[in-house]
Amino acid sequence: MSLTTIDDAGRLETVRLGMWAFLASELMFFGPLLLGWAYGRISMPDGFAWASRQTDLWLGTLNTAILLSSSAAMALAVQLSALQLKRQVGRCLLACAALGVVFLLIKFYEWHREWAEHLFPGPDFAGPAHTGAPYFFVVYFSATFLHAIHLTIGIGVTLTMWRRVHKSLGPLPQPALHAAGLYWHFVDVVWVALFPMLYLVERTP
Amino acid sequence: MSDFQLHPVAATAHAAQVDTLFYCMLALTGTVALALAFLITFFSIKYRKGSNARRDHPPTQNRALELSWMAIPLLLFLGVFGWAAWLYAQAYQPAANAMTVFVVAKQWMWKVQHDNGRREINELHVAVGQPVRLMLASEDVIHSFYVPAFRIKQDVIPGRYTSISFNADRAGTYELYCAVYCGTAHATMEGRVIVMPPADYARWLESGDQADGLSSYGQTLYRQYGCSGCHDAGAGNAPALTGLFGQPVQLADGRRVIADEGWLREAILQPHANRVAGYPPNMPAFAGQLQEEELAALIAYLRRK
Amino acid sequence: MSSYLTEGPTLRQWLTTTDHKKVAILYAIAITLFFFIGGAAAVIIRLELATPQGDLVPAQTYNELFTAHGVIMVWFFLIPSIPSVLGNFLIPLMIGARDLAFPRLNLASWYIYLIGGVGTLWGMLLGGVDTGWTFYTPFSTMFSNSHVIIVVLSVFFTGFSSILTGLNFIVTIHRLRAPGLTWFKLPLFVWAHYATSIILVLATPVLAMTMVLIVIERLFQVGIFDPALGGDPLLFQHLFWFYSHPAVYIMVLPAMGVVSEIIPTFARRKIFGYRFMAYAIMGIALLGFLVWGHHMFTSGMSMYAGMTFSLLSFFVAVPSAIKVFNWTATLYKGSITFDAPMLYALGFIGLFTIGGLTGLFLAALALDVHLTHTYFVVAHFHYIMVGGAVAAYLGGIHFWWPKVTGRMYPEMWARVAAAMLFFGFNLTFFPQYLLGYEGMPRRYHSYAPEYQLLNVLSSAGASILAIGYLLPLCYLAWSLFYGRHAPSNPWEGRGLEWKTLSPPPVENFSNPVVVHSHVHEVAGEGAA
Repeated sequence: MSLTTIDDAGRLETVRLGMWAFLASELMFFGPLLLGWAYGRISMPDGFAWASRQTDLWLGTLNTAILLSSSAAMALAVQLSALQLKRQVGRCLLACAALGVVFLLIKFYEWHREWAEHLFPGPDFAGPAHTGAPYFFVVYFSATFLHAIHLTIGIGVTLTMWRRVHKSLGPLPQPALHAAGLYWHFVDVVWVALFPMLYLVERTP
Repeated sequence: MSDFQLHPVAATAHAAQVDTLFYCMLALTGTVALALAFLITFFSIKYRKGSNARRDHPPTQNRALELSWMAIPLLLFLGVFGWAAWLYAQAYQPAANAMTVFVVAKQWMWKVQHDNGRREINELHVAVGQPVRLMLASEDVIHSFYVPAFRIKQDVIPGRYTSISFNADRAGTYELYCAVYCGTAHATMEGRVIVMPPADYARWLESGDQADGLSSYGQTLYRQYGCSGCHDAGAGNAPALTGLFGQPVQLADGRRVIADEGWLREAILQPHANRVAGYPPNMPAFAGQLQEEELAALIAYLRRK
Repeated sequence: MSSYLTEGPTLRQWLTTTDHKKVAILYAIAITLFFFIGGAAAVIIRLELATPQGDLVPAQTYNELFTAHGVIMVWFFLIPSIPSVLGNFLIPLMIGARDLAFPRLNLASWYIYLIGGVGTLWGMLLGGVDTGWTFYTPFSTMFSNSHVIIVVLSVFFTGFSSILTGLNFIVTIHRLRAPGLTWFKLPLFVWAHYATSIILVLATPVLAMTMVLIVIERLFQVGIFDPALGGDPLLFQHLFWFYSHPAVYIMVLPAMGVVSEIIPTFARRKIFGYRFMAYAIMGIALLGFLVWGHHMFTSGMSMYAGMTFSLLSFFVAVPSAIKVFNWTATLYKGSITFDAPMLYALGFIGLFTIGGLTGLFLAALALDVHLTHTYFVVAHFHYIMVGGAVAAYLGGIHFWWPKVTGRMYPEMWARVAAAMLFFGFNLTFFPQYLLGYEGMPRRYHSYAPEYQLLNVLSSAGASILAIGYLLPLCYLAWSLFYGRHAPSNPWEGRGLEWKTLSPPPVENFSNPVVVHSHVHEVAGEGAA
């Protein structure tokens, strides 16, 4: 290696910068949905608000708590990795992934109920048509589904990291762990934005 | 290959003004382009390798020069912007005495409804010197109403009215094109705008098979759909509509709007989102119930009422 | 030392390479293929338009042809052209790095691009798409009976290739510059790619998500863009142009980068106003995000929104003007030779200037109302994207051909091709400005007879253009086997890429690169 050689610290910085650039891009993915949400809320306020109140506040809140806890586990894993505490790091990663799975299960249950209540937009939509109510659910299902895809990828990445940590003989793969951590927190932050947008804001008296 | 021409006929005063702007910009940008072409050619010859031109101290930067060729174009651009925006704003405002004509676009034709009930397809007859305001609606996809001789164009968006105004000052027949791609036969979605002297136009308007006039058709619909049951009862559970058109309206959600064609359309199709303050949400939504042509007739009736 | 071309020569090794130079060549092969497919569609379009009647192909086929032309040329040729081929090959060389920051990601980008491209071609073979490359709703979601979903998903998928390439460049330029190579010593080519990468990373996902929304509305019949279902068709246009206007800068900024390397080299002096050039690049990239509304002046947006977007569009013209003036000033007191790359670069300035100045007509509100959706717009963006970006791409290909292949191209033929392309291009597209002012709308399968003369001129120009594009394909292929061997630095270029062998070794430079002095002047030893 003769050219600009990168030591481990350099590699960590490089990977982190790459991840930040990727997350900036990811944020823009949600951009059209945010715009669509704002558009619906301004131009069709009544139906939009009615539809928003049909979401399940308790399951949403529970899921928020679960995802925040998972992020705490991930943060712990990343911090502990600096100390090379292999076993603890592994456990934190597993806990994080498990909480992610629980989130997804609850989300699936929620979708299932909404489907059964004919809240999925289409010909047999239960709410008032032409009022912004179906439009809200387009935004709702698109945004939560996109988020769920991200979370699924996040769980995959976290489990892969767990395997790597579990099997590693030498020092822990710090750059990869940092990147995985950033990604997980991003998915969490997106939910923290979606939760008030979709569940809370229309419930204020 | 018949009569080649550099610009289409200008059949409105606006068109002539647009042409003036165009030729001024052409002169301006043409001068810049020629000056650049000259400089590049001149430098290319003078400083070709092996020539004996002086080359001492080639500049690598010159703040004053660079700032000046930022500032001068910027000022010119602002001038052009102002001129074009002013012209645009003028065309945007319809004349007070403009005659309203409803035009419905669909794949692949133009349907015109005159105020007296006369209908035509792919043709629009108007009188010389009569300001016209078109209310454009689409039954399917986006189209665009484009008359090159008037230098005007307006996209026709399904689900709302867009409008465009003109005042033709030259009798003649002018091409009407659909300018936004709208499917297989887009290129044949053509029509003609026929500008006639006022006397001929009046004669044309009276001939043909017009029914009772657009607003009386609207009145019929107004009864048929049961609007009169609440709005004319004076019972106070629905706003009275007489003299409403063009007036400001206070809505239940706090908005204050002018009762123009666009808002009336929304209020008929989606009454809940456009409820007038002080009235109960009783009215059924007519979205999906009314044809564009029926909607136009209803609104024409409300204009008169 | 062996070159990157001789190392790992088997097909399998090529397809699994992570060497940025080889990935660049994989891209070059793929985009060349797509260029000629998209070009073939253009040839049929121009043949059809030689007569006013729609007599060569049916209307539906014509619509599918211009859609194929647009989709393929924009997403599978223009956007990846300069960044993924020249940028990929040269950025590490220009900053003295061994490779990009994420070499495997780079290869992955190529595969993603290829899968997207094959998906698009598959959709075209199944029967094509007739929406136009702009996919305007509600036509694309509820009315078109063509294969919209597969093509839209392919474009969506290809977007990831753009994002990953942009991300790779950003990190590489931040992290892997040789010691001493500070930001304001970077070649303008690298600056241009840095700005482009920012756009790729931030704008592409908006397009991708918009494509997904099309699929959702089409599959589930839920209202997003169709007013009959409770959606808003203008929402689509805002989202689409939020990406697609910056996408113009994705195509033209790297072209400006190429020209900013070629002109100083053949004028044998430093670029005039380096710092302003760098600022102008970044200025264009950032302002480019704020002007999307100028595609929608006639859509019924409010008058004040129209004025705002118009004003901002005039602002974005200022940095573009700076660049043209600075290139011209670079010729002053130079010592100029007119090798083929220089001919392309000078042609670029001319065509880009015409394209840019006519852009002012479209930014001017009252004129845009008349000119938008007509051939004036078609001519305008072809001057920028073909006259500008493709000319710069070909100029760059000739300029760095010795470096990439180790062979010289035949100079005489290259000059002939450059001249043919310049004249053929003007003959094809200048008449289209006139057609537009006369009022001929775009995407017309048949047209009024008074437009025929100009259309015939345009079609005649297109035939010259077609030969002009085939010519380099032939002589460049010939030169791979029979061209003169190239020295390390055939053009007396100053950039780091000329300090290493032609073609470069696998690891780019044999010794560590250190930059001590000003732009392009390397004290540290690079070459073998």
